[in-house]
Amino acid sequence: MDASFSADFGEVHALVGENGAGKSTMIKILSGVLRPDAGTLEVRGSPVTFRNPHDARALGVGTVFQELTLMPWMTVAENLFLRNEPQGRTGLIQRRRLAARADEVFGRLGIEGIDPYELPAGLSLAHRQVIEIARALLGDPDILFLDEPTSALAEQEVDWLFALVRSLREHGKCVIFTSHRWGEVANLADRITVFRNGEHVATRDRLTEGEAVTLMTGRTIDRMYPERQPVADGLPAALEVRDLRGERVQGVSFTLRRGEILGVGGLAGQGQRDLFMTLFGAHRQTGGELLIDGKAQRIRKPSDAIRQRMGIALVPEDRKTEGLMLPMSVRDNLTLAVLGRVAFYGVLKPRTEQAYVRRAVQRLHVQTTRPSVQEVATLSGGNQQKVLIGRWLIAQSDVLLLFDITRGVDVGTKHDIYELMMELVAEGKSLLFYSSETEEMARLCHRVLVMREGRIAAELAGEAADAEAIVAASLREHAA
Amino acid sequence: MTTAAETRPYRSRSRLQHFMIQSAPLLLALIILAGMGVLYVVLFYRQLSRFPGNFEWTSVVNTSMPLVFAGVGQSIVVLTRGLDLSVGGMIDLANGLAATHMHSGAGSMLGWSLLVLLVGAAGGAINGVLVAYGRLQPILVTLATLSIYQGLAIKVLPEPGGAVPIEYTKILANPNGPTSLVFVGFIAVVWFVFRRTRLGVDVYAIGNDEEAARAHGVRVRTIKIAAYVLSGMFAAAAGLFLAATTTSGDATSGDVFVLTSIAAVVLGGISFFGGRGNAVGTVAGAFVLTLLINVLFFANIDPLYQSFFQGLFLIVAVLLGTLIRRLVGLRG
Repeated sequence: MDASFSADFGEVHALVGENGAGKSTMIKILSGVLRPDAGTLEVRGSPVTFRNPHDARALGVGTVFQELTLMPWMTVAENLFLRNEPQGRTGLIQRRRLAARADEVFGRLGIEGIDPYELPAGLSLAHRQVIEIARALLGDPDILFLDEPTSALAEQEVDWLFALVRSLREHGKCVIFTSHRWGEVANLADRITVFRNGEHVATRDRLTEGEAVTLMTGRTIDRMYPERQPVADGLPAALEVRDLRGERVQGVSFTLRRGEILGVGGLAGQGQRDLFMTLFGAHRQTGGELLIDGKAQRIRKPSDAIRQRMGIALVPEDRKTEGLMLPMSVRDNLTLAVLGRVAFYGVLKPRTEQAYVRRAVQRLHVQTTRPSVQEVATLSGGNQQKVLIGRWLIAQSDVLLLFDITRGVDVGTKHDIYELMMELVAEGKSLLFYSSETEEMARLCHRVLVMREGRIAAELAGEAADAEAIVAASLREHAA
Repeated sequence: MTTAAETRPYRSRSRLQHFMIQSAPLLLALIILAGMGVLYVVLFYRQLSRFPGNFEWTSVVNTSMPLVFAGVGQSIVVLTRGLDLSVGGMIDLANGLAATHMHSGAGSMLGWSLLVLLVGAAGGAINGVLVAYGRLQPILVTLATLSIYQGLAIKVLPEPGGAVPIEYTKILANPNGPTSLVFVGFIAVVWFVFRRTRLGVDVYAIGNDEEAARAHGVRVRTIKIAAYVLSGMFAAAAGLFLAATTTSGDATSGDVFVLTSIAAVVLGGISFFGGRGNAVGTVAGAFVLTLLINVLFFANIDPLYQSFFQGLFLIVAVLLGTLIRRLVGLRG
């Protein structure tokens, strides 16, 4: 990687580029987590070297990393003040005061609805991200790095963050952020720096989305969203859900037709995730009926869902913890769900396995050198997501539950994933789709269900399902 | 000075509920200790038609002390998601050194105690450096150093014998009353302070998520070495208590602590995945294991089957812990 850029105080600076372009590496170097091989770094005009994150913090650098860094077994308050705890006169940490101090910080930053005594596991992804941001702001940094801060946030938190960033700018601070959402970049940044393959391509005050995509990818993508084909009439439903109940799912009914992309929208945390998990058998179903291909089925665990004649597969947003075995090879990850089919009395048949793998890799354009040995951990986020989808293609699942699969994925790969979704429905597969980007849902889905407090609050179809309508339907109850 | 617009801090559960959930493993350890204590008293009464007195309680406390110390040291390492098998060898070595070199007289006793603790620290430092800088698995490193420290102990004290001064026994393992409980209080205070130091926070942070800890500026390698050093020192202290209790030395008497120190940690509710738990639980676990031997004795169980029932108890206790954790809604 070889890149240069500069940012001023009182400026909001965006770093954009595809996954693997070097934005995160740059931010890690500038925060002292990684050391540069060569080159210089200047803060306030004087050269500095960061040996560790502590050095960076001492010079007024605060960072929110892309990977969440919360400690799973520490409370919100302990996490917030980690290594920054209030100390008494004895020099000992005052654990009792942590919660009250956390309440103070939340109050000052306008954060609501987070209990300082809660463990991160009990929080939504968005709230965990909010805590990361609050923690970076604790030291009152002059330079704030935000690496993909909005990828886990829903719209209301994004608004909160933007207001915060603007107020930092007014106070003469320097904010440097990365985002894959063009709307945010255009909306917030004073200047935009584009990276491609670890190189600095351009720094501009103004860029249109088209120009930016061309700079980032080196190719021209004329249309981001592919053409939607209408759902064929007369085919039986792939999945029929009647009054489904489970953890945070309060009686949901809908029909997913063959070849349909059905969106599940609404504000974040209205039970969409729980609905997906329940359908996949990862959360317990406590009531209601599930008809797969017209027949009532009971799904108690994920293997039940996979094993159906019309298999149900889940592609989760947190692919690192819920979907992929990072230290295992691309091949092993791809064939994990079908080991029974590539094995003869428990012994793997390498040739059959290889054939499956080759087909999936080609079909999905997974960028991998040697699928049998390359660890999934070394792939970029977009390619990891493709491996996960590939696993379910090999397993011949007909119903795919796609939960926020484009989160933190770059434009080029997003585009590939959209096209793949269209190919899948053209083959008669059915997709249940949730995205934290409403625009995506509006452009890709045939119908959109809006969820509120574990129930379906509205259904929008065709032209009526545009982004404004989905947002309006999501907010209706809350406004009243 | 509150204004009308100010909202009350958000709480998803009551403070008590949070406390119960997060302290469930520790509370369970204390409940098991209480239960085991009651069982001991009942069985004792059934056999001897009287309640255990000063002599019996003193004996329980003194026999538990070496395990208490070894277990607390082990806890610190386990909290960093490590494991220290070498505690057994270190106890052997400390025991042997004390039995062969210590003479009566305050100077000798104090000097040799400190020296033995230093040996413990040095042994722990070797473990820590190999784990932190050698990037070797803790179980491999400490399995090897276990043998090495055992070998050194045999060199120091080739056959059982030697003696520790009677005054030393009186201080550490007073046979006339459970005064050693002072050391339990001491450990509780040390732990209270430890949790409120930067070192304590860093130890827990590494056990929670090593990569994230590094990103927050924790000096992971240094802290890991510190954890093994502390474990080595606690093991050496355990060896001193063992020498004081038995009043002589045996270079193999520490070996059993390899497994019992781990058992005490498990009973104490400290997670083997690191980052969760409290050494006060381990202290309770150590007492439970000592009481269990007494309970088995008074239940007229053939000593040959003792380890069978110890194992059975351990599994039941751990299963119970998992069950309770699930009931209160704590995952993992």
